[in-house]
Amino acid sequence: MTTAAVGARRIDVGKLLPQLIAPVAALVIAAAISSIALLISDKDPLTAFQHMYEFGTQPDQKVEILNKASELYIAAVAVAFGFKMGLFNIGVEGQSKVAAFFAGALASASFMDWMPGGLRIVLIVVVAMIVGAAWASIAALLKTQRGVSEVISTLMLNAIGGLVVTWLLNDHWGVTEPGAQIKTTGILPEDSWMPGLPIVSGTEQKVLGFFAIAVVLGAAYWFVINRTRFGFDLRATGYNPFAAVASGVNAKRMVITAMLISGAVAGLVNLPRMLGESHTYTEGFGGIGFTGIAVALLGRNHPIGMALGAILWGFLASSQIILDLDGIPKEIILIMQGVTVLSVVIAYELAARIGRRAQQRRVGVATAAAAPAAAEVVEESK
Amino acid sequence: MTADPPAVELKGITKRFPGVVANSDVNLTVRKGTIHAIVGENGAGKSTLMKILYGMQPPDEGEILIEGNPVKFSSPQGAIGAGIGMVHQHFMLADNFTVTENVVLGAEKLHGIGTQAKAKITEISQRYGLGVEPDTLVEDLGVGDRQRVEILKVLYRGARILILDEPTAVLVPQEVDELFGNLRELIREGLTVLFISHKLDEVRGVADDITVIRRGTTVASVKPDQVTARQLATLMVGSELPSPEARESTVTDVPVLVVRGLTVRGPDGRPIVDDATFTIHKGEVVGIAGVEGNGQAELAEAIIGMRDSAGTVELDGVAIAGWDTRRRREAGLGYIPEDRHRQGLLLDAPLWENRILGHQTEPPNAKGFLINVGGARRDTTRIVAEYDVRTPSIDVAAVALSGGNQQKLIVGREMSHQPKVLIAAHPTRGVDVGAQAAIWDHIRNARIAGMGVLLISADLDELIGLSDALKVIYGGRLVADADPSTVTPEQLGVAMTGATGEETPS
Repeated sequence: MTTAAVGARRIDVGKLLPQLIAPVAALVIAAAISSIALLISDKDPLTAFQHMYEFGTQPDQKVEILNKASELYIAAVAVAFGFKMGLFNIGVEGQSKVAAFFAGALASASFMDWMPGGLRIVLIVVVAMIVGAAWASIAALLKTQRGVSEVISTLMLNAIGGLVVTWLLNDHWGVTEPGAQIKTTGILPEDSWMPGLPIVSGTEQKVLGFFAIAVVLGAAYWFVINRTRFGFDLRATGYNPFAAVASGVNAKRMVITAMLISGAVAGLVNLPRMLGESHTYTEGFGGIGFTGIAVALLGRNHPIGMALGAILWGFLASSQIILDLDGIPKEIILIMQGVTVLSVVIAYELAARIGRRAQQRRVGVATAAAAPAAAEVVEESK
Repeated sequence: MTADPPAVELKGITKRFPGVVANSDVNLTVRKGTIHAIVGENGAGKSTLMKILYGMQPPDEGEILIEGNPVKFSSPQGAIGAGIGMVHQHFMLADNFTVTENVVLGAEKLHGIGTQAKAKITEISQRYGLGVEPDTLVEDLGVGDRQRVEILKVLYRGARILILDEPTAVLVPQEVDELFGNLRELIREGLTVLFISHKLDEVRGVADDITVIRRGTTVASVKPDQVTARQLATLMVGSELPSPEARESTVTDVPVLVVRGLTVRGPDGRPIVDDATFTIHKGEVVGIAGVEGNGQAELAEAIIGMRDSAGTVELDGVAIAGWDTRRRREAGLGYIPEDRHRQGLLLDAPLWENRILGHQTEPPNAKGFLINVGGARRDTTRIVAEYDVRTPSIDVAAVALSGGNQQKLIVGREMSHQPKVLIAAHPTRGVDVGAQAAIWDHIRNARIAGMGVLLISADLDELIGLSDALKVIYGGRLVADADPSTVTPEQLGVAMTGATGEETPS
């Protein structure tokens, strides 16, 4: 007498459609507001958008966009691990800096000279993840043991981490390579430079090798969140922390585990460039951790959504160059990025509400039809 | 009666939501100066109707007449302007404000926020015998007093017609009597009261007229002295009312849950649950009666392991006091939490994920460290069928289901793991009569199979009808035992207010 679907999962159009329309509508709104900003500065928005598109689709730029997107994607996944349970790791920036610095410093230390290149890459990845997790664990412990909000602590640890790295780099472990102006952790031996991927045609340029790891990371993220018991507990905590506790989730352990994973992933954020481009840690690294928050928001913590968000962000970042050449202030791009995030967040919230209401109506229809049948059953059971 | 036009007249009200008719052709006449009860199952359309009358939703068809004048409300503001006030089931009061501050909040323009307002409040309170002190902090007030503050809030805004949405749900019998005294005072002064309820005995005790709503439409208007509660119920459900009573004892002498000296302390160190000691045997339902806020919620949370506590708890001979919630659940404790939205469900998650909740580590939901999506989905389909959860699919979000169906899903989920002991806190609160009967049946059947049940409820009939033994909790202490086969709701009610330290007659 019930009509529950037994077989394969049905795609709920009523709920899915608003979710798909939302980001498109948000982008249109963002473009409209950016157009207003362009018009105010006496520039033709359509020309500007056309230049951005033409520039962004050049092979060289495609490579740069994918490079940028790889870093942003890793940062977004790091943030998303926390977001999924309602934990705000604003500290990806600091965790990624500290992690890359220590990993770089260790890997180019003279006592590591014996190590073969491949193994050294593995060492860098592993050390970066451990250090990132360790730095994040400070905030996790502060939260579970002393009730300090992770928003505050991770934000402060960003500043502290940045300063610790600067101090160690400039006063202790940093070296100045011949011909260079700035201090670095020392150039890695060439055998541990991560080879690029020739996946964009029409250019000599190669996409950073870490791109592949970012893709694997996205798949791993999806699997952990949707297919493991841990992922279920994580999501349950995000949906409803009280119900999660009542279901047997250990809230404190959850905070610590999620924060450690988030920190470990954050440790990877600077590695695409460090292994594939600069081959050393310099003070030039930074900023990606904060942008990762925006990308996670844009992509709604969804592995594919975040990938699209990261590519969009990479595209917008790279078009700063062409707008600059056209005499358009690059702040326009910043306005665009900001407006995009805001309108996407608002649009998703609206879409979720509309979708929820649509579904409630649908269930209302379905169960109202079943009501007379139910009454008969009660009748019989007398 | 006088020739006055009726206070409220609804003619042919119809409200459609896309695809569903929530109200169809509702006709209702409320005489001025009377208490008019509207009864119906949950989901019968009472709330929609009241929302229409209170201006929260416009009707698609039909007419509303207030004292003979046709009105059209586009918002509650319009309804308030026409003299309609609504007392919601859940109180909307700020604890750290005084009565005066709560009353004037949002109505500052009427009489200011100072002495004038206070004088007005005192005047209203005296006129209708509400006994509300304007300077008391709301946090120091009991449930009955808070409700009177809510009524005062509405009167302060000039209401002549009061809508009370299930006002007795949170009250003990003595407080209900006081409330009814207040309501009679109101109608004596010429006000009109619309009273929504599904507690039929109360309705018959207080109302002048009763209108029954079933499946969105008014099916009968009756006088309380002309119908029995059973006849009313029959009108409500279109069949006979199920009863929690009548079954033979299945109590064994094998203890399955032994609690000794259980004490839960609040943040200030004061005991919220104080030295609770009791035993549940296999096949036994032990009911805990008490006014809400006397420690029963904390008692349940301590046993399931969500709260730190002192004392010992033995489940089937194994000491579990030091265990965390997950281990206790795995060992055979089932839990129907008192607030299903807060503790029992992931509202935005699909039903099959809600089926996993609370049993994340157990088959058919898990395989090693992985979630067994196929197993969980198949078993959700089974629960939906066996427990009559009305839903078009197991992929809809839990929030889309009605309260009764949500609760049936929770009951089905907990029962599916054959708990040794089920902690059921208000298992049928806010669910319709049909679902209530089904839930009682499931608890009874599991009890025959040897399950022990700790039943916490505010519904004294449910407690008396289902329990094999009753304990009264007051101020965190188990103060009295009662025999459900002889005790009356009134006697229980007296014990629950702590009026006597002696045992109730048993």
